[in-house]
Amino acid sequence: MDSKTISYILKRIVMAVFTLWAVITITFFVMHAVPGGPFTREKAISAEAQAALNAKYGLDKPLFEQYTTYLGDAIQGNFGPSIKQRGRMVTDIIVDGMKTSAKIGIIALLIATVFGIIFGAIAALKRNTIFDRIIMVMTTAFVSMPSFIMGSLLLILFCTTLNLLPANGAAKGGLILPVITLALYPMSYITRLTRSSMLDVLGQDYIRTAKAKGVSERNVIVHHALKNSLIPVITYFGPELAYIVTGSLVVEQIFAVPGIGRYFVNSITGRDYTLIMGTTIVLATLIVIMNLVSDILYKVVDPRITLE
Amino acid sequence: MDKNPISMQINVDDFLPASEEEKAYMVQMRPSSTFFKDGCRRLFKNKVAFVSMIVIILITLSSIVIPMLWPYDYQTQLGVQPGHPVDPSFNNLAPMEYSTTEQAAMSKGETVFPHIFGTDDHGRDYFIRIVYGTRISLAVGFFASIIVLVVGMTLGSVAGFMGGRVDMVIMRIVDVIYSLPDMLMVILLASVMRETLGSALEGTVLQAIGSNIISLFIIFALLYWCSMARLIRGQILSLREQEYVLAAEAAGAKAGWIIKKHLIPNCISVIIISTALQIPSAIFTESFLSFLGLGVNAPMPSLGSLASEALNGITSYPYRLVIPALVISLIVLGLNLFGDGLRDAFDPKLNQ
Repeated sequence: MDSKTISYILKRIVMAVFTLWAVITITFFVMHAVPGGPFTREKAISAEAQAALNAKYGLDKPLFEQYTTYLGDAIQGNFGPSIKQRGRMVTDIIVDGMKTSAKIGIIALLIATVFGIIFGAIAALKRNTIFDRIIMVMTTAFVSMPSFIMGSLLLILFCTTLNLLPANGAAKGGLILPVITLALYPMSYITRLTRSSMLDVLGQDYIRTAKAKGVSERNVIVHHALKNSLIPVITYFGPELAYIVTGSLVVEQIFAVPGIGRYFVNSITGRDYTLIMGTTIVLATLIVIMNLVSDILYKVVDPRITLE
Repeated sequence: MDKNPISMQINVDDFLPASEEEKAYMVQMRPSSTFFKDGCRRLFKNKVAFVSMIVIILITLSSIVIPMLWPYDYQTQLGVQPGHPVDPSFNNLAPMEYSTTEQAAMSKGETVFPHIFGTDDHGRDYFIRIVYGTRISLAVGFFASIIVLVVGMTLGSVAGFMGGRVDMVIMRIVDVIYSLPDMLMVILLASVMRETLGSALEGTVLQAIGSNIISLFIIFALLYWCSMARLIRGQILSLREQEYVLAAEAAGAKAGWIIKKHLIPNCISVIIISTALQIPSAIFTESFLSFLGLGVNAPMPSLGSLASEALNGITSYPYRLVIPALVISLIVLGLNLFGDGLRDAFDPKLNQ
């Protein structure tokens, strides 16, 4: 790696750290704008009890001091106690939910990427045939469908009408539908991305050169065309993860999956402010890191791309 | 006839009547076409975009007109009438079914307007709720895009024109907002603003719109202007360097004239296209938030909140979810295809 690449990577890391700091700061101050403060309970409590609570959680200190404390704790992965689930720490709840969510998310990510590339390559190689048409019509429809609609329709089809799969995510086989729901949109997107970049690559001179010197059709496709047309797909990894994270919020709600997305949505409706803050920060960190990685990979993989 | 080159004698040939062949040169083959006409022609030739446009226009018109003609209202619980006990036979009617009261009235020979999609669990006509929800979703998408347009255009053109430090500050802010995970920030802001705005709006005109929709607009104004600002700044920077702007300056044109005659007409198609493509994304966001319970305030329906409510009775009344789902998908798909068609028709440069 030359010095230009390294300085680019360093610049991106600094930017990512700055973004994370911005996320924590915005989250903290936005939550403090809630009238009555995040620790006010719905039931009326005595003034002394309120004062004791405030002292316990450090809410009697000046705002800036609270902020620096929260920032320091958040960096160490400590988001304080949950307001609604007494006696549980936010970090424990998040780690607990992550076990299921990560499983769904990673499988969905893999399915979307692998099948997206395969379908995209087929559509490009069989351009203007019936395969291409079917793939393009399907992906256009999937891209226009919000994840909650996709999930609900799959739920009606497979659980209510056909009665093939359980509607409850905690049951055996219950994670199949959530994974499919999450994977369909990014898969369609990757299909379209791969198709257009593959069509672009297939028209390049080096493909003609490879064919002219007698490289077999298979080798041309796998080594020359596919490899090069996957470069744009790398840039999509960041947005793909972001989609899966936000998609998991509704999908876990629909299929009753005990994951972090469901906790997050419940914490919004239940006004569990520390949980909202903690989850936002953790999910945001995930997305920012994935964006960073895919951006750096993109520049490293393709030496033709000029660094700025 | 030879003539002396310096003589003042007139060349008589110049005054002969024009021959048919010469006349033919002057005939206009077809009227000269403007940029707008050209674009429209390309747009109408694009079958997919044209059909989507018709579908969108039909949906929009019916969402405006139908509530005026329909005998039912989106919030009237048909079973609840003052002075009478609550009539539960109005609740959860299947499509085209009538309640016992209505059946009695019909047997007496009265005509009762049918409930095309039945009623919901509060005895409200479901068809009109769908129509109203469509109207709300479309309106939210439209106004959110206008807000994004105004904020983005202002900041983008300020950055482009002023340059220097102002430009740098605005563009750094854009960079930071760009790298924030937008959906999470939207959820965070929506869940907090719901708390803070409700009391602030009480008694004002805005209360009718509802605190959740207002906070949705504020969120769009705060977070979604970035790409628009970037686009407009880039346009202005590149257009300012064009030769025709230089030529106009050289000819002594004032800044106002250059903006009016050169910059705006050249920017406008890009601006309209990206605003059009912003609408489906705003509808998407609104329905997503409504689904999480952060959207429109009850009893006002939006397509997202209707789908979300339907989820509870999904085994008994799956059509209540399928209908709003289809309408959202149709609107988003139609607007996306139409936006793509607009882009292809009016901005061939963007399409590469």
